[in-house]
Amino acid sequence: MSAGSFILNILILGVPFSVALLLAGLGETINQRAGVFNLGCEGIMAMGAFLAFLPPYFLADTPLAGSANLIGLLLAIGAGVLLGLLFALVVVTFRAPQGIAGIGLQMLGWGTAGTLFRKYVGGVTGVAGIAPLPIPGLSRIPILGPILFNHNPLVYLAFLLVPVFWYVLFKTPWGLKVRAVGTYPRAADSLGIPVARVRYQALAVGGAMAGLAGAYLSLAQAKMFADDLIAGRGFIAVALVYFGRWNPVGVLGGALLFSLAQSLQLSIQVAGIDFPYEFAVMLPYALVILVLALVRKSRMAGPAELGRPFDREQRV
Amino acid sequence: MNKSMKAVYNAVVILAAAAAALGVGALVFAAVGADIAKAYTVILTEPLKDLIGLTEIAVRAIPLTLIALGIAIAFRSGTLNIGAEGQMMMGILAASATAIALPDLPKPVLLPLAVLAGAAGGAVWGTAAGILKARLGVNEILSTVMLNYIAAQFYTFLLRGPMMDPEELVTGSGTPQTVRIPRAAWLDRLIPGTRLHAGAFLALALAVLVFILLWRTSAGFRMRAAGAEAKAARYAGIRVERYVVAAMLLSGAFAGIAGAVEILGVHRRAIEGVSGGYGFTGIVVSLFGGLHPAGIVPASLFFGLLLLGADMTQRLADVPANMVLVLQGAIILAIVSARQFMNNPYVQDRLARKLSRLLGKPAPNPPAGSREACPDPSDSPDPCLADEAEPRTGGGSPAETEEHR
Repeated sequence: MSAGSFILNILILGVPFSVALLLAGLGETINQRAGVFNLGCEGIMAMGAFLAFLPPYFLADTPLAGSANLIGLLLAIGAGVLLGLLFALVVVTFRAPQGIAGIGLQMLGWGTAGTLFRKYVGGVTGVAGIAPLPIPGLSRIPILGPILFNHNPLVYLAFLLVPVFWYVLFKTPWGLKVRAVGTYPRAADSLGIPVARVRYQALAVGGAMAGLAGAYLSLAQAKMFADDLIAGRGFIAVALVYFGRWNPVGVLGGALLFSLAQSLQLSIQVAGIDFPYEFAVMLPYALVILVLALVRKSRMAGPAELGRPFDREQRV
Repeated sequence: MNKSMKAVYNAVVILAAAAAALGVGALVFAAVGADIAKAYTVILTEPLKDLIGLTEIAVRAIPLTLIALGIAIAFRSGTLNIGAEGQMMMGILAASATAIALPDLPKPVLLPLAVLAGAAGGAVWGTAAGILKARLGVNEILSTVMLNYIAAQFYTFLLRGPMMDPEELVTGSGTPQTVRIPRAAWLDRLIPGTRLHAGAFLALALAVLVFILLWRTSAGFRMRAAGAEAKAARYAGIRVERYVVAAMLLSGAFAGIAGAVEILGVHRRAIEGVSGGYGFTGIVVSLFGGLHPAGIVPASLFFGLLLLGADMTQRLADVPANMVLVLQGAIILAIVSARQFMNNPYVQDRLARKLSRLLGKPAPNPPAGSREACPDPSDSPDPCLADEAEPRTGGGSPAETEEHR
């Protein structure tokens, strides 16, 4: 294999790998901008992945087979919203510490998905999943075509959502409110912004995105479900938000960096280069730690009140 | 609120939290079509029916106690250690490597040495996260989660490669496991025919030790101060960063000991799946036990029961054992929610006011420090602005002053 096609392969593989991280990371950006650190992302992704997998699995030979994927996506998003709101109840209304509550949500989502999966599906089974949709014309551009324009529709959607999230966060009144309640909730409160309600909304959006990210994993990337399908991607997405400095464009960069590391690892194995498999799998996780350690050095302006519950009656 | 009302209030909060957690579990039981009452009965009573069940609960409680003690140390010092799973694996690797490498040592030397090696293995992994947090401000939750994945890969790498039992290669079965650990490193079984082992005494002794460390030494006080309010602790001259690292070191060491004890007492060789979620259950145990050794020991027995019961529901009620994760998650969410209400004088006061209004009794005295007890000075008109302020300048209506008295 020539070096050129080796690199091309890494890029072609890497772009779709980034989507789950990107979708979850965009949602988590909104959460954290609103001051809530949602570690339950991993659990929501597990539920999303499982629920999205169900309709194509059960409806495969029925008249509804054509729309099974769509039903699955909607189920995943719906479950994501519900779990996001449950998290909001715990950390916004009950003001529970967010780190540990997030771990609780992660266990709840992961456990529920695993329990239902073992009961109703049992073993690992594949589904048809979402087919690639090459964009006519553009997909035939040499090099760029296969890298960017020969994927399933969710890939395009995820990349289009980056500017959308950027616009919403920085150019709309709602985005300003989200950033206000994450930076200085007391001031936001005094200006009549309902802090709790905005945080609930942000967590619902974040949950929906995490659900969608999970659905992408089971329907488009793996085309199957397994207990450990998410494998820490939810946590990586949370870390990416730090790396991307709470900016959707930065999150895109982080997601691409990680997915390229992952596809590099896969390509190394495929190419038969002698390198212990386990160390290759470690690579993305080690990269997260490295990135988190480096990011801090250049003290960025994150949401000042990240992780702190807001109590309007509390004295300062 | 008087004392008995406070007790009733706290009891209601606990009951509501328990009902919420059981309710979430019931939803999932219903979703898998199980008989909810039967499933809960199986989980909570089936393991208690014979000696094997009772000892198996204790067998599970041993690593849970050790891990939860470590997590409590970290939590009290202001760090959330999610990495017990990985730290436990590193402890297993270090303990089994030590025991296998030095088979000829006498038991009184080898056994403590293997346990200490386990502690060191876990401590290295915990300290890494501690230093990352103290020096570089890396969120310890994220770093410990990542270290878990890295440890899991390292664990399989060693068990399938350098540390694999040579016999497995000869017979060709290729099971990823080490050779049997020399007898001199075994923790003795306490009751013949069961797996209950001497690690139980170690867990109990360490529970006492943790209590002494945290509540009876000045180092423990500084740790708890750093965790309760880092800024104030720093102002008082406590080097918070140093205690963060120390807490993660100890926390990791406890998880490492848990791993060592588990293989020296139960499996007698390092195999895959030893940690089996203990690291995460340990978090729940620690919270459930109120982050205190006296609570953690009974809590770990309770969760030992849950883990064993969940295995049994798989056979008896056809509910997958993953169910225990659902219950644990729901319990965490219920506990952290309830903690905001327990012993909260402000919520109690608000409730007492509502109650007395309902019953038509005079309002009770507000608790010290509440808004009602000492009104915010900015709520009363500023005397400097007396000219600009409207009718109030006269000093308020007589009725109003009356009411204020």
